[in-house]
Amino acid sequence: MRRLILIAVPYFWLLALFLVPFLIVLKISLSDTALAIPPYTPTLDFSAGWEGIRAFFAELDFENFEFLTTDDLYWKAYLSSLKIAFVATFLTLIVAYPIAYGMASAPDHWRPTLMMLVILPFWTSFLIRVYSWVGILSNEGYLNQLLLSLGLISEPLTILNTNIAVYIGIVYTYLPFMILPIYAALERMDASLLEAAEDLGCSRLTAFWLVTFPLSKNGIIAGCFLVFIPTIGEFVIPSLLGGSKTLMIGKVLWEEFFNNRDWPVASAVAVILLLILIIPIVLFQRNEQKQREAEG
Amino acid sequence: MRRVTWFNATSLTLGFAFLYLPMVILIIYSFNAGKLVTVWAGFSTRWYGELLQNQAFLDAAWVTVKVAVLSSSIATVLGTMAALVLVRSGRFAGRTLFSGMIYAPLVMPEVITGLSLLLLFIGLNIDRGVLTIVLAHTTFSMCYVSVVVSSRLVSFDQSLEEAALDLGCSQMQAFFLVTLPIIAPAVISGWLLAFTLSLDDLVIASFTAGPSSTTLPIKIWSSIRLGLSPEINALSTLMISVVTVGVISASLISKRSSLKRQADERAAGT
Repeated sequence: MRRLILIAVPYFWLLALFLVPFLIVLKISLSDTALAIPPYTPTLDFSAGWEGIRAFFAELDFENFEFLTTDDLYWKAYLSSLKIAFVATFLTLIVAYPIAYGMASAPDHWRPTLMMLVILPFWTSFLIRVYSWVGILSNEGYLNQLLLSLGLISEPLTILNTNIAVYIGIVYTYLPFMILPIYAALERMDASLLEAAEDLGCSRLTAFWLVTFPLSKNGIIAGCFLVFIPTIGEFVIPSLLGGSKTLMIGKVLWEEFFNNRDWPVASAVAVILLLILIIPIVLFQRNEQKQREAEG
Repeated sequence: MRRVTWFNATSLTLGFAFLYLPMVILIIYSFNAGKLVTVWAGFSTRWYGELLQNQAFLDAAWVTVKVAVLSSSIATVLGTMAALVLVRSGRFAGRTLFSGMIYAPLVMPEVITGLSLLLLFIGLNIDRGVLTIVLAHTTFSMCYVSVVVSSRLVSFDQSLEEAALDLGCSQMQAFFLVTLPIIAPAVISGWLLAFTLSLDDLVIASFTAGPSSTTLPIKIWSSIRLGLSPEINALSTLMISVVTVGVISASLISKRSSLKRQADERAAGT
């Protein structure tokens, strides 16, 4: 009995507030836009009994999904989200690896402090961390002021409201997610392996490529997924740092819902976004599973 | 791997400069006297004064704290229950669905979670307000809590609880007197994580909030969309300070308690 309650309470909570809402999205994505409250048809009418349910299902169709393929805004937005997420993940890796490497090579008594310094930004507001770059990158911003006063440029660079600003924002906010798994992999590494490689005649750089890098592969893969997956649906960074030309699907969904008030199309956008995300999520799960088996 | 070379030292310095410089600049310029955020016009605490007199910000802060305390507390209870189910309950009908529903919200884009909950609340005709934000935040943060707590439960020595049962405890007593105190650090970090996630959330709150329940991130968002604002710099500085003090003291406390535990274990050993 007690076990039943233990299972039932969180189970029903998640069914009611996670699964059912998602089924509603799925249903509305198959509905038609209407000038009504709520702004879509059909609505399920249980009072009409079985006939009502049949009529309800008969009216569902894939029209919104067809619409998504005809207007090139949407597929361009999906492609551009994937591209931005891909490039940003790569850039984050390049920035994070030397930091993780430096942390793993630091003396033991520094490590707790270094760990805390990496985690601290994660606890600070995401919104504020993105906002802090607006002042740096704007035309009158601190970066342009610095470069102008050094005489390196003669007129301010336009960085804010471009894709470059979006990349900087993503690298900055997701950096801890990349550093931590790579650091965890490097930290476990046995230093004598490197010594052995050098004794056998490897230069430092070759030893790094042949020993250290392959051993940190699992950390790199985990970190890349942890950055790539949430970046695809990102809304705050492209809206705040990107320009009108920055297309990302999270932003499109938001605008479709709040500005155009087109619920069925917004729902269809959400369903496709989820379908796209399933591939990297499954790959990530598999990778984690494999690692756990290798360790356990 | 124990080599401090010039390369490692530079990469650490540059890396941490990149992580912290933007926030340091934000903090410095929050004491700027001028209205133009990027032009330094002397030191002043003017914007802090204006911020503390801005009723809209104070109201939003109060709503945010209310939502965060309520949602993280409910999420801690539900998340701990879910962790117990995941780690201990073995097989039951619908287990795969259950663990799927625990992990899915962790990777679900916020825009989709927000949209789906909004459509649910509208479908059920629930007025949007503090209650709906609390329900939304509880749902995604309970999943984070359950991941944190279940990673601790996996390494929990079940024989301790069995000993308590043998000595005449009821199941409930055994849980509250033996298990809970031992997994308490994980439960507390779960609560802190849920609390921070709730304080921080803009997207899901924007979908589920009503006009009378603006949270701080929603308020910040509507001001910064129009550009830089000196009041937001002041507010950011306050939030960064609170978090820094919180994280540093939490890590000092956990370090002290682990040192104390080591000392106790040593004392018990002799």
